[in-house]
Amino acid sequence: MSTSHVLLGLLAGGPRHGYELKRSHDERLPQAKPLAFGQVYATLGRLERDGLVEQSGQDRDGGPDRTSYVITEAGRARLGEWLTEVEAPAPYVTSALFAKVVVSLLASGERTATDYLVAQRTAHITRLRELTAVKTDSAAAVGDVVAADYAIAHLDADLRWLQTTLLRLADLNEEMNP
Amino acid sequence: MNTLLQGTALHRAYGPTPALRGVDIEVTEGEIVAITGPSGCGKSTLLHCLAGIMRVDSGSVRYRDQDIGLWSESARSKLRRTEFGVLFQFGQLVPELTAGENVALPLLLGGAKRREARKTAEEWLDRFGVAELADKLPGAMSGGQQQRCAVARAMVTEPRALFADEPTGALDVLTGEQVLGEIVRVARERGMAVVLVTHEAQIAAYADREISLRDGALDPTGLGLRTHA
Ligand SMILES: Nc1ncnc2c1ncn2[C@@H]1O[C@H](COP(=O)(O)OP(=O)(O)O)[C@@H](O)[C@H]1O
Ligand SMILES: [Mg+2]
Repeated sequence: MSTSHVLLGLLAGGPRHGYELKRSHDERLPQAKPLAFGQVYATLGRLERDGLVEQSGQDRDGGPDRTSYVITEAGRARLGEWLTEVEAPAPYVTSALFAKVVVSLLASGERTATDYLVAQRTAHITRLRELTAVKTDSAAAVGDVVAADYAIAHLDADLRWLQTTLLRLADLNEEMNP
Repeated sequence: MNTLLQGTALHRAYGPTPALRGVDIEVTEGEIVAITGPSGCGKSTLLHCLAGIMRVDSGSVRYRDQDIGLWSESARSKLRRTEFGVLFQFGQLVPELTAGENVALPLLLGGAKRREARKTAEEWLDRFGVAELADKLPGAMSGGQQQRCAVARAMVTEPRALFADEPTGALDVLTGEQVLGEIVRVARERGMAVVLVTHEAQIAAYADREISLRDGALDPTGLGLRTHA
């Protein structure tokens, strides 16, 4: 995910300090890793260099977290482009799962790979249940539900993959360890 | 928590086709249990046996520690009417009756007064967001609306256990989620147990616990592994 585009999006609502940007990033995208301050200032620096944001003021006591930024016309144009771009349907954690199955077969054997798949499935199902509980909480905000939907759909895809991989494991093993 | 339902060594065949081959299952009060597994593994058969709709060939189904296999048909029928609610994929509403009359039906069969039944039915239709359909016939409703009415009818007697066999299988994804979310919320609120049959992981995730079947037997890994674990 692109932090610079997310910051541009947050600035589209009006000028903000670096500290406020971090806070609203973490609040708006609770599923994402919290932003480090260093990352916020580094990203703002790049955006400023590229003419996508500019400094709009300093509070009296100076300091980097007291500088506020505003989005420029070029910044708005860039944001508009990003918002209409389709993201590449990238394989997600499945690549890590796949790597583990392959390494299991290479380094240990079918039994280890099977045990791993079973354990991974359990972990996925547990997470799926937690995310579903978020959705059925009557106090849940629509934003939380939408974020949970996204994670659930991806976990479900992984679960299907775990199932089919298990069915193909003997063949895969044969192919890799002829 | 107390055991509500207990199936022990359940066997059931259709002629030469075995559908259940020694299943043990326990459901506690207020618990939501998903029964999962691929098509043909015996999920529906298990649900019908637990709900007392179908008799087992051998093994026992106990409800609150009583073997319902030993009961007369009329006692089992009363149990189903008063303590259980059932919900299928579609097509359970009486087409000649309005939504309000459909939902009031189980109450009337249980001896409730007409006005009282009507009022309670309306409350339940309202709980599932379809109060305005009370005077409509099923034929004039969408699939989602019909299913919401069917849910209201299955829950109107406040059963101790709701048996739901692929209850969202005929609905679009969003409607299915909403209906299931509402079922789970109301069941938790009222301490109703739910036995939810589904072949989808996303649906099973609404439950507290999942029991997987494969070829009529329990599948502890949920992955159809032969015999290890
Ligand atoms: N009425 C029936 N007559 C004959 N065979 C049946 C009948 N109902 C189910 N079966 C068979 O019993 C097995 C289990 O079916 P079922 O309980 O419906 O599975 P599931 O609900 O998991 O798809 C399957 O092999 C199915 O073909
Ligand atoms: Mg079935």
